[in-house]
Amino acid sequence: NLLAYSFVLSPFSEQFFRSGHTNNWAVLVCTSRFWFNYRHVANTLSVYRSVKRLGIPDSHIVLMLADDMACNPRNPKPATVFSHKNMELNVYGDDVEVDYRSYEVTVENFLRVLTGRIPPSTPRSKRLLSDDRSNILIYMTGHGGNGFLKFQDSEEITNIELADAFEQMWQKRRYNELLFIIDTCQGASMYERFYSPNIMALASSQVGEDSLSHQPDPAIGVHLMDRYTFYVLEFLEEINPASQTNMNDLFQVCPKSLCVSTPGHRTDLFQRDPKNVLITDFFGSVRKVEITTETISLQQYSEMESSYKEDQMDEELMEPLKYAEQLPVAQIIHQKPKLKDWHPPGGFILGLWALIIMVFFKTYGIKHMKFIF
Amino acid sequence: MGLLSDPVRRRALARLVLRLNAPLCVLSYVAGIAWFLALAFPPLTQRTYMSENAMGSTMVEEQFVGGDRARSFARDFAAYRRKSGALPVAWLERTMRSVGLEVYTQSFSRKLPFPDETHERYMVSGTNVYGILRAPRAASTESLVFTVPCGSDSTNSQAVGLLLALAAHFRGQIYWAKDIIFLVTEHDLLGTEAWLEAYHDVNVTGMQSSPLQGWAGAIQAAVALELSSDVVTSLDVAVEGLNGQLPNLDLLNLFQTFCQKGGLLCTLQGKLQPQDWTSLDGPLQGLQTLLLMVLQQASGRPHGPHGLFLRYRVEALTLRGINSFRQYKYDLVAVGKALEGMFRKLNHLLERLHQSFFLYLLPALSRFVSIGLYMPAAGFLLLVLGLKALELWMQLHEAGVGLEAGGGPGPSAPLPPAQGVGLASLVAPLLVSQAMGLALYILPVLGQHVATQHFPVGEAEAVVLTLLAIYVAGLALPHNTHRVVSTQAPDRGWMALKLVALIYLALQLGCIALTNFSLGFLLAATMVPAAALTEPHGPRPLYAALLVLTGPAATLLGSLFLWRELQEAPLSIAEGWQLFLAALAQGVLEHYTYGALLFPLLALGLYPCWLLFWNVLFWK
Repeated sequence: NLLAYSFVLSPFSEQFFRSGHTNNWAVLVCTSRFWFNYRHVANTLSVYRSVKRLGIPDSHIVLMLADDMACNPRNPKPATVFSHKNMELNVYGDDVEVDYRSYEVTVENFLRVLTGRIPPSTPRSKRLLSDDRSNILIYMTGHGGNGFLKFQDSEEITNIELADAFEQMWQKRRYNELLFIIDTCQGASMYERFYSPNIMALASSQVGEDSLSHQPDPAIGVHLMDRYTFYVLEFLEEINPASQTNMNDLFQVCPKSLCVSTPGHRTDLFQRDPKNVLITDFFGSVRKVEITTETISLQQYSEMESSYKEDQMDEELMEPLKYAEQLPVAQIIHQKPKLKDWHPPGGFILGLWALIIMVFFKTYGIKHMKFIF
Repeated sequence: MGLLSDPVRRRALARLVLRLNAPLCVLSYVAGIAWFLALAFPPLTQRTYMSENAMGSTMVEEQFVGGDRARSFARDFAAYRRKSGALPVAWLERTMRSVGLEVYTQSFSRKLPFPDETHERYMVSGTNVYGILRAPRAASTESLVFTVPCGSDSTNSQAVGLLLALAAHFRGQIYWAKDIIFLVTEHDLLGTEAWLEAYHDVNVTGMQSSPLQGWAGAIQAAVALELSSDVVTSLDVAVEGLNGQLPNLDLLNLFQTFCQKGGLLCTLQGKLQPQDWTSLDGPLQGLQTLLLMVLQQASGRPHGPHGLFLRYRVEALTLRGINSFRQYKYDLVAVGKALEGMFRKLNHLLERLHQSFFLYLLPALSRFVSIGLYMPAAGFLLLVLGLKALELWMQLHEAGVGLEAGGGPGPSAPLPPAQGVGLASLVAPLLVSQAMGLALYILPVLGQHVATQHFPVGEAEAVVLTLLAIYVAGLALPHNTHRVVSTQAPDRGWMALKLVALIYLALQLGCIALTNFSLGFLLAATMVPAAALTEPHGPRPLYAALLVLTGPAATLLGSLFLWRELQEAPLSIAEGWQLFLAALAQGVLEHYTYGALLFPLLALGLYPCWLLFWNVLFWK
């Protein structure tokens, strides 16, 4: 009720409000630890670098890295993570801000970040504070299979859980549009189950295919990148904030001849045509600023001033806020204690013993009964 | 009534089993031997593959170029060693410190039970020198060991030079996540055993050693190197360890991948890899290699320092550089690069090697047979013993049932012979043969001084000759035990004794085959036919000859001949006998110095069992 202005839409404004988002967020997740999974951290950091270069600030990026490759004792070049062999490109840099690190990257934390069900003590940098006008980029990489993604060698997230999390986000109005990119083996299985609107998904390989690694570097001793993300990074290096490249170009990145696996995408839940969706709608944080020399006339509501005064009076008369009772503690405390007395054995045990005794007497004859009784 | 409780049906079943038993036994034995021989052929052998994900491929860049430095270190080491006659401890300490390692020494001493004639030592005392390269950015929780054994007969100076040059090179790298211990031991395996015991804070073999002052964390893997010259034509790898333990197959796979990467010629048991496995030549060569491995594993000797590491579950290999008459030679840089690559890959490990097999047989360096595929061979052989025991049991009960049915209805019916044999007449042979085994185990070493006083022989010879004397004295037993046992033992007594002996043998061989398949299989292949066939009736001299020829001593003699035959250096009879005597002495010695179990197993376990069969053969 505060801003009750109405305005006349000029023809330029059509173009101005082509996409429905006003802010951009990115959630970048690397789910594998251990030195031989160096490439997954490099993947995530490459996307982080591109996203930051195109304008999304650290406060709007949630970066989750499951292991620290830069400071691993096995790294011959400490404090660096390279994405090209011969050490051409150091994606670690000196202004990387990791929000969830090491053992904090769990399925639970990831789902809490997405859905916003976060304990109040969580710092702001660890929250996804998106609203219904946010475009969110979610990038995940690691080891996966048909319908699941492995987190840290100890747990998995299934495609159904992910789809449900996105549905929760939709119902809580936490996104305007969502771009989901996954670079794992059989990645296409992760987006099969999405059912919420405005989601576009890309994966590096189809069900039954493996995503392959790239850039073996003998000096460091590991593979540095995965193929799909390597070519996506090359593609993104040519994008700048003013690029008009659209999503159809991203779908063409890494054909089977380069990637060996077949990348896939899913656009049926997305309402706009992909050729009208700019790369910078998701990867960048482009603020549309148009300088106009015309005046735009805005009519005023007559009730504006009176409603303003009403708000002020309402503030004084408001009652103190109270939280609803979430947990009926009173009922729990007054619960009667359970009686821990002996119960005769249940039917199953009785039946089992009866069976055993019957077999015994059948085999050895009833005459042995007299030795017992 | 049931099949087993109905006497009529049971008799029919017993008759069926008795009729089919002999062909079944023969079939089972032949199947066991045939299965073993088929292990070298393609469906049963598989290609090796790297199971540990952390070690991945050979994607490392080896940068070792210190060949000249290694050679100069080796020359210095050889010169100082010649001057001092023992390990030049001060020079080693100085050099290791200059290379940048933390240096510690450990002194040890041991009085062997009797003089060792092959190495010419009796009172052994020496010093081990080791340097620790600390991982620059990791806590010292894990370590790798690179060891070079130095003995009086094999100075191994080239390997020491390479060790020092590699240490200098490794010290300049910052990617080590585990500490590396560079260990130079004196008196080869004795020094290694002393160091290992002190490192793990145990005392298994009675070695007196000074406590260690520097530790580096749990050892994940170890590589031992023996070089005789500064150019090599091939690298031979030894995997069999103490008591037949084997390292994890992944370590061997790692070595083999680096051999391929560096183009080095690598051999197993001194034999090259067969190239084609489709025709008959490849598998036959594989069979030779397999037999060599079986013989070496059965002997239970540590064939290099790695064998002693395996006891502490540290995966280890010994690499031996061989300089033969081939034209193409590799210098120290090539060997150094292979070692550097191996250590760099071992550095990537996060856990102990556990993904690949611990129990396997190797027909070739790139082929293996897993335990699931080779165990049925031993199973078939032991089945023969089981079938024979079953047959004897049925015969004993048949006789018992027959007597019971046909015996008089008097109240004092004689007990069936199965029970009437009585434990008394079984206990005597058992006790006597166990006592002989105990005598075989204790007397040679205990009585060596008495023997040297009365006979003009050295202590080692006295031990060996006492061993043989007690072994042969056991053959005279059956003629004496009958005076001890009461004359009431009926004719079927030998059946009960043979039954017990068969079960005893089957138990022993079964347990041995589980831990050391090669030893179990070898003993089963030789002892099972004799054990199954022995009986007092029938051609006694033939059975006696068979039993003597398949006894533990003759098996040892035969396997020595077979071993040298397979290595293409056949022995004459005299040489073979000398080698046999030396092997006996070494076996006893290794039991006392390293805890090898072949001597106690044969003396306390198999020899008494074999004596029982001898007793059965001469049953009156």
